[in-house]
Amino acid sequence: MIRRVYMDHAAGKPVDPRALENMMPYFTDKIGNPSSPHSWGNEARQAMEDARARIVSLIGAKRPEEVFFTSGGTESNNLGIKGVALRNKDRGNHIVCTAIEHMSVINPCKSLIKQGFEAAFVPVDKYGVVNLRAIEESITEKTTLVSVAYGNGEIGTIQPVKEIAEMAHRKGASLHVDAVAACGQVPIDVQAENIDLMSISSNDMYGPRGVGAIYVRTGTRIEPIVQGGGQERGLRSGTENIAAMVGMGIAAENAKNEMKPEAERLIGLRDHLIKGALESVPSSFLNGHPTQRLPNNANVRFSYIEGESLILSLDMLGVACSSGSACTSKTLEPSHVLLGIGLKHEEAHGSLLFTLGKQNTKDDVDYVIKALPDIVKRLRAMSPLTPKEMQ
Amino acid sequence: MYSEKVLDHFRNPRNMGEIPDADGIGTVGNPVCGDLMSIYIKVKDNRIEDIKFKTFGCGAAIATSSMITELARGKTLEEAMKISRGDVAENLGGLPPIKMHCSNLAADGLHAAIQDYLKKKGAQK
Repeated sequence: MIRRVYMDHAAGKPVDPRALENMMPYFTDKIGNPSSPHSWGNEARQAMEDARARIVSLIGAKRPEEVFFTSGGTESNNLGIKGVALRNKDRGNHIVCTAIEHMSVINPCKSLIKQGFEAAFVPVDKYGVVNLRAIEESITEKTTLVSVAYGNGEIGTIQPVKEIAEMAHRKGASLHVDAVAACGQVPIDVQAENIDLMSISSNDMYGPRGVGAIYVRTGTRIEPIVQGGGQERGLRSGTENIAAMVGMGIAAENAKNEMKPEAERLIGLRDHLIKGALESVPSSFLNGHPTQRLPNNANVRFSYIEGESLILSLDMLGVACSSGSACTSKTLEPSHVLLGIGLKHEEAHGSLLFTLGKQNTKDDVDYVIKALPDIVKRLRAMSPLTPKEMQ
Repeated sequence: MYSEKVLDHFRNPRNMGEIPDADGIGTVGNPVCGDLMSIYIKVKDNRIEDIKFKTFGCGAAIATSSMITELARGKTLEEAMKISRGDVAENLGGLPPIKMHCSNLAADGLHAAIQDYLKKKGAQK
């Protein structure tokens, strides 16, 4: 049997067994609705508030009323962007984000543009770090919201969030942070870093999929985008998914308790993988920042070949990863993040994204490093772009 | 998402390489789009005697290149001109819809190689 090495944790993570165990009773026995006044309802409400408290503790929120459950990172980003922009349109119609945000930030911005808003997509440098001066210059009197990812999910680059918060606040704008990829991996303190809104995903912390949260600092003007029975203090209606919330809560608690040693371990594996790949394959390069990057993220690119064929080749050896190539996207365009850091289309096509997780070991990384040179060589032998001397 | 046949041709591509003294070469696609394909043919008595390919691209691009070499080898030039993108996809057990247009370039590459041969031949006369 071939070895199986899953290194695609940005695409999906397993649910931590401790989270799953705590979730189970809420599917079958503890079936109350938190809105009900009877004891079943009380039990569900208590479970939900315990889960919320665990998230509050992870991100350093001041009050539990500042954390709202959603259906996941995408909804949290939609709510953070549209909810603030629409609620504040009497103050201004301008939003600022970076050119390399997740599509769940970029597309809501584009949707707002259609409704008469204006948005600036601020460029980043070759490492994916946002240009602070460009951010500052793009914030105007009409700007109500600045949105930036804490750590980029694709190239791993971590942004200077605290500095961006200062710039936004100086002009009276709120700062929304997409922390979907970063939360649980690196310590984030919403108070110390002056974050007004922050999106979090459960699965990215080894909780179940289909649940997430948004932190909204008290006093931030925001309106709901999902309306109904007024759950989550009116900001996010819909009958609460208690089992999922419980799982997310346990995942947040685990992340808080285990983050430091796990981050150190992952950084060791990540750097070993990056170094090993770059040393064993000629004409290979790192995408993103060498040190200012998420612990689990290794994004490398190989000249003259295409990412999907790399993925298929690695899959044949039992290795799972992702690519920013057009051929793996639904739009047939290469990743806007890779283009945003200045790569040419043909360079972006040849990128591979490995995202490490709890189960990965040094043996896994060594297996991938050992597999890469032959795979790349085979595909380069097939490619008309490969220089003669390399074949 | 790919058929077993596509994966087979991706794993074990047929007739991969160049023909140094090719009679016709057809290059189609663009590295900017993620697919670039070169088809090399050797023609004898109006038949494709030898055919090879080199491809930069996704699994579908490589598999269709490999398949076209099998479909075209031994055919007359007229027969080979009739091989369509649809024939290539069909012989591979189908392609994902999104790949039908972007990566299914092999028939175009073959036709370009034949036209290159005819052009060179015309110039010689």
